[in-house]
Amino acid sequence: MSKKIRILIAKPGLDGHDRGAKYVARALKDAGYEVIYTGIRQTPEAIVKTAIQEDVDFIGLSLLSGAHNELFPKVVELLRSRNAGDIIVLGGGVIPEADIPGLKEKGIQAVFTPGTPIRDIIAFIESVKR
Amino acid sequence: MTIVQKLAQQVLQQNTRAIARSISLIENETDSAQKESLLDALHSYCGRAVVWGITGPPGAGKSSLLDRFIGRLRRLNKTVAVIAVDPSSPFSGGAILGDRLRMQKHATDDGVFIRSMASRGHLGGVAGATADAIKVFDTAGFDFVIIETIGVGQTEIEVMELADLVLLVLVPGLGDEIQALKAGVMEIGDIFIINKKDLDGANRLKREVEYVLGLQENCTAKSTPPVCMTSATRDEGIDDTLSVITDYLEKIRGNGQLAARRKDRIEKELRHIASAKIMASAEHFLNIDSRLDSWVEDVFHKKVSPYKLLNRKIGEFLKELHWQ
Repeated sequence: MSKKIRILIAKPGLDGHDRGAKYVARALKDAGYEVIYTGIRQTPEAIVKTAIQEDVDFIGLSLLSGAHNELFPKVVELLRSRNAGDIIVLGGGVIPEADIPGLKEKGIQAVFTPGTPIRDIIAFIESVKR
Repeated sequence: MTIVQKLAQQVLQQNTRAIARSISLIENETDSAQKESLLDALHSYCGRAVVWGITGPPGAGKSSLLDRFIGRLRRLNKTVAVIAVDPSSPFSGGAILGDRLRMQKHATDDGVFIRSMASRGHLGGVAGATADAIKVFDTAGFDFVIIETIGVGQTEIEVMELADLVLLVLVPGLGDEIQALKAGVMEIGDIFIINKKDLDGANRLKREVEYVLGLQENCTAKSTPPVCMTSATRDEGIDDTLSVITDYLEKIRGNGQLAARRKDRIEKELRHIASAKIMASAEHFLNIDSRLDSWVEDVFHKKVSPYKLLNRKIGEFLKELHWQ
């Protein structure tokens, strides 16, 4: 048996729009991954603890409220401080093009904006998975 | 010190990452030698934790009830580990593990460890790795390990073999008392919980379940299981249920049932490991994989029947062993 890829899909912050996150979760399940879904309004602290307990390979963060520049890097920072910087963080949602380079600089490895075909996300996961 | 010995030591020191990684090692079965030496290293520390199973049909409220129980146990300063099992897709092998959604308010509590587990094709309501994952949490010193099964139908009863006590959660509206009379999952509850007690039919369901359990009493040595009523979302009936659970545990601890149950569990585990190991080595020696095609042809063309073929092959194999 081979190792299963596990992915946490989480929505940090206060926005309650979870349709995109649910769509991605469902599509990743259909692609054969084990997806842990925690629902809306998660703190970065809760996301990081969940990711470590669940021993995930990836965290997909979805945010539509505009707080991505604070919350996404906070997750990466907490992971690093807990010795879990090897977990790969992806971002999705309404993220302005101009913010993407800054997010990548802070350790978010890929950002998928609205309209991204799911196969692009899967291709990314397959290309970087361990 | 090997990697596995180090991992075992970190589990004993309650290192969260090590606990999580140990469970992945057990689940993935990419290296069974590593898995076995990890479990060997943990063995002498196991047996302290109390293991609950919580089972019932999909949507009965297992996760929501569990969320309440975790809250109560934390108030008593007890630590809790949860293994929440959800089904894997028979098509893609993927899974959506969503049980912890209802328990997420405990996510930042260091005294609570929730691990979602996909069934990965294992039938019986739990995953193949669940039994060994319990040992990891037990070694790490959690006071309680609670297994939440997938939403079950009538025959997924394996949790009975893993837990010290089984809570069976039922809800009104799923059928009449004939359903409650049937064999299977209705027989494995040590404590019955009727959740969503505010719904129509809850009191009737309680009467029906009590009636059916009363019928059982004369034919089995088991005394009639208690039936509790709860509403997880309204936070009602939780404390009463918890004291029923505590009394039950005290009783089975006192009368030797708990020890007997744990010995049963070990017996089943030994049988399981023995047959898996014998199976693997027999498959290897009989060279089944490479011979299967020609055997299929022989059986298909009626040259030989399946029993005759395999009795002959296995006979040859045993003879060979004897001669060695």
